[in-house]
Amino acid sequence: MSATDLLKDGPSVIGAGLPRFVDDLQSQGVAASAVDWRPPASSDPAVLQAAESLSIGSVAALIDKANDEASQRMHSADPMLIDVKLAADVIEGLGDHKILHAGPPIDWKDMCGPMQGAICGAIVLEGWAKNLDAAAKLADSGKIEFEPNHHHNAVGPMTGMTTQSMPLMVVKNLTHGNEAYCAINEGLGKVMRFGGNDDSVLERLRWLSSTLGPLLADTLLARDGVGLKNIIARGLSMGDEMHQRNVACTSLMMRELAPTMARVADPETAFEVLEFIAGNDQFFLNIAMAMGKAIMDPVRDIGGSSIVTAMSRNGTNFGIRVSGCGDQWFTAPVEMPRGLYFPGFTEKDANPDMGDSTIVETIGLGGFAMAASPAVAGFVGAGGAADAAAFTNQMTEITHARNPEWTIPALDFAGVPSGIDVRKVVSSGITPTINTGIAHREPGIGQVGAGVVNAPLACFEQACVALAERMSAS
Amino acid sequence: MSEVINEVRKGFYLDSVALMRLSAEIVALGGIDDAVLMIGTPANLQIMKDAGILNDTGAAASPNDLVIALRADGKSSANRALAQAQKSLEGGALKSSASDLQSRTLRGALSSHSGANLALISTPGTYAGREARQALELGLNVMVFSDNVSLAQETSLKLQAREQGLLVMGPDCGTAYINGVPLAFANAVATGSTGVIAASGTGLQEFSVLLSKLGGGIRHGIGVGGRDLSDAIGAISTLTAIDLLAADDDVRQIVLISKPPGQTTAKLVFDKLATCGKPVIACVFGADESSLPAGIQHAATLRQAAELAAGKTLVTDNPKPSVEALIAGMGEGRRRTIGLYTGGTLCTEAMLVMRQQGLTVCSNTSADGDDTDAQHRLLDLGADEYTVGRPHPMIEPAVRTPLLSEAITSADTAVVLLDLVLGFGAHDNPAASIVEAIEEAQAGAQNTADGPLLIASICGTDDDPQGFRQQRAALRSAGVVICDSNSDAAGLAAQIAQKIG
Repeated sequence: MSATDLLKDGPSVIGAGLPRFVDDLQSQGVAASAVDWRPPASSDPAVLQAAESLSIGSVAALIDKANDEASQRMHSADPMLIDVKLAADVIEGLGDHKILHAGPPIDWKDMCGPMQGAICGAIVLEGWAKNLDAAAKLADSGKIEFEPNHHHNAVGPMTGMTTQSMPLMVVKNLTHGNEAYCAINEGLGKVMRFGGNDDSVLERLRWLSSTLGPLLADTLLARDGVGLKNIIARGLSMGDEMHQRNVACTSLMMRELAPTMARVADPETAFEVLEFIAGNDQFFLNIAMAMGKAIMDPVRDIGGSSIVTAMSRNGTNFGIRVSGCGDQWFTAPVEMPRGLYFPGFTEKDANPDMGDSTIVETIGLGGFAMAASPAVAGFVGAGGAADAAAFTNQMTEITHARNPEWTIPALDFAGVPSGIDVRKVVSSGITPTINTGIAHREPGIGQVGAGVVNAPLACFEQACVALAERMSAS
Repeated sequence: MSEVINEVRKGFYLDSVALMRLSAEIVALGGIDDAVLMIGTPANLQIMKDAGILNDTGAAASPNDLVIALRADGKSSANRALAQAQKSLEGGALKSSASDLQSRTLRGALSSHSGANLALISTPGTYAGREARQALELGLNVMVFSDNVSLAQETSLKLQAREQGLLVMGPDCGTAYINGVPLAFANAVATGSTGVIAASGTGLQEFSVLLSKLGGGIRHGIGVGGRDLSDAIGAISTLTAIDLLAADDDVRQIVLISKPPGQTTAKLVFDKLATCGKPVIACVFGADESSLPAGIQHAATLRQAAELAAGKTLVTDNPKPSVEALIAGMGEGRRRTIGLYTGGTLCTEAMLVMRQQGLTVCSNTSADGDDTDAQHRLLDLGADEYTVGRPHPMIEPAVRTPLLSEAITSADTAVVLLDLVLGFGAHDNPAASIVEAIEEAQAGAQNTADGPLLIASICGTDDDPQGFRQQRAALRSAGVVICDSNSDAAGLAAQIAQKIG
């Protein structure tokens, strides 16, 4: 709006600061809206300087262009669930004594209780140790190699265990040709993703390997996979946000799979597998995660882009990656979720935030799509429809675009906010809202609640500074 | 003794998160150790059993039923909790707390208010430059109300705006009118055909109020900030404003209200004004008429500028008592004039009017600085030294009260000069604190008749939120002499000073 137009049309005002000025204009019938302004959350002038240098002039234009490219790659992705394969067959170098975990890199001694518990369970599952005690000693001996899932085109919920013998779901991004992997959701109760490691946990994992995995693979191959974009779009209109709530998408996926499964399996196996899926509202979460990874990996290295390509936690640290900084992790201590607890548990039992599932928020779902899922907003605050919409609307302030294909009916079919821009996070002080399950801080107990957590600002501050350095060097 | 009580509600479903939220509500009630509301699926029943809160009643529930399970310190607590749970289930379990979420950033606000064309920045000065820059990046014109923006930042913002065809008003721009709409500290004045360029605040307010009283009206009042005409800035916004006003067919004449420009800048600005094709009136405080090029009319005061703009003379609507009558009962030894201003430009104007009469006047607004012992002393209470950690006196006029009490009770004060600024943004009832100070001083005085004289002008209109007439009546009934304009008030004070000096 040029100054000439301003004088011709009269002012239409956005006020930042004293609310009274906006009130006065509104009382005279002038179009005016107020910014809920507050001082920047970052206290380090170098950080603010970096964020500003990335937000103005020709540098900003370059970054905006790179971010347009990132958005284009995200929105043009065509993810499809095509197969289930043995981890050793799809992940190069995943053999004996190697475990992939959630989050940024971490050493055994720095892992939280549930992560260590899950590691021990995975070691016993793979037969590298006879029992959990021996497994713990082995893990502590330095003979086990730990690496993040994210370094191998994979993701995993909560502790995110991936070892050679596990069946992994394969999501292929047809537009860009890349694949991403995630283990199969184990269901509720005592499970390895929450650090569970007793016999019942390992038994279920073996059943996933021997029965569910192969049948799911046969089913997918027999019908040339299941396109996921469309399921997400429909799930959003049915109350899912694909992190806390996957009941609609799980049901939609069942509807896709069941007819073919009835044809390729014997009735008893089909019954067993379908009953397992039907009894697990979160079955789809792991598919959504592999999809998120398949969508974001092609965005990982766009020069100058300030878009976040991964957010992930290992129970100790929160890490993000930013397109313009390639595969560098920016980490900070993870925060405690706020939420509601299952009977018999309180926040004293809670483990800090954990898992690769934040890939879902990275693509604009989960906490970013809260408006589609008012019930989930109830984990914090009262949880009405307006509260849910407020979460999503706030995320539009830190994202580059809206996803035109994933829309939310309650927001008049506005797209989900997509592509987190580290510049906007730092300059607004608004950090991504993440919907999450809450694990017990002791290994082996499992999920004790669910809630909402925010990504730590420090990750985004570091990323801004690093990106500013790269921009000034180039 | 704690007691476990279960109740099953047959054929009832509510979302599990809503139920968890309700459970937390019930636990918070007195006498309740634990409370669980869950749909009776086998998995949920197991969870309740593990938590030791399930009895036979609850265990019999089906996946289509709701189980309300409590552990309470007794029957009465349990029954209260059950009743509350049932009530919440009936009453719409979840209600939104938040109203519309406000954006935290200009960019966010712009996405929901896409027709916006102006950002009004009134954050603390440290952050104002950054916000203004963001506004320009978003393609918005900017009015920076905040002060304490660095000179370098101001220059760079204004250069960028010029590049983009945008306007930066301020920093420290207290008042503006755009297409007749008053912004920030501004009065409800008539819309008309006069375009004004002014440094910052009360000069523009006083001019627009007087012009309105004369039957004229403001089309645009562009505040460029107190430093724009310095050579350091080089009048970037002023030059833009001249172009804008010259090109606007609704603007028939242009008025400049300012302090004297820097030497290089003066020529630039005055040449442009003289050739802009529209009649120009300049009220440049402290400037010599001969410094203006031919074709620009000179006004010594804001009143004169308004009269030139309106083409007529202000008809007084205040009684004009003679100087003799005013000083008749004044006590011996009263010689001093003390001015206590909330408006900076009004203070400057008053000082110049009094100096014009050959009086020695000092002020914190003048380049020579303040002098507490000076014969006549006029203070701008909106200056930094009076506002650190406090609101501006136009927002909170009580800041003036202790100084006013001191001035009234001081034995050598002859005249106390005051301004009263009304309008949007200003205090709801600024007269009240003046009246209060006067009453207090009089209550403590032995003889009220020989006290100092209080003279004020009111910058306001009948349409202002505070109401000009009510404010004037309040001051008059406290014995304050009201003048038609700020310069008239200062003129009257000067006459008195000359008479008794």
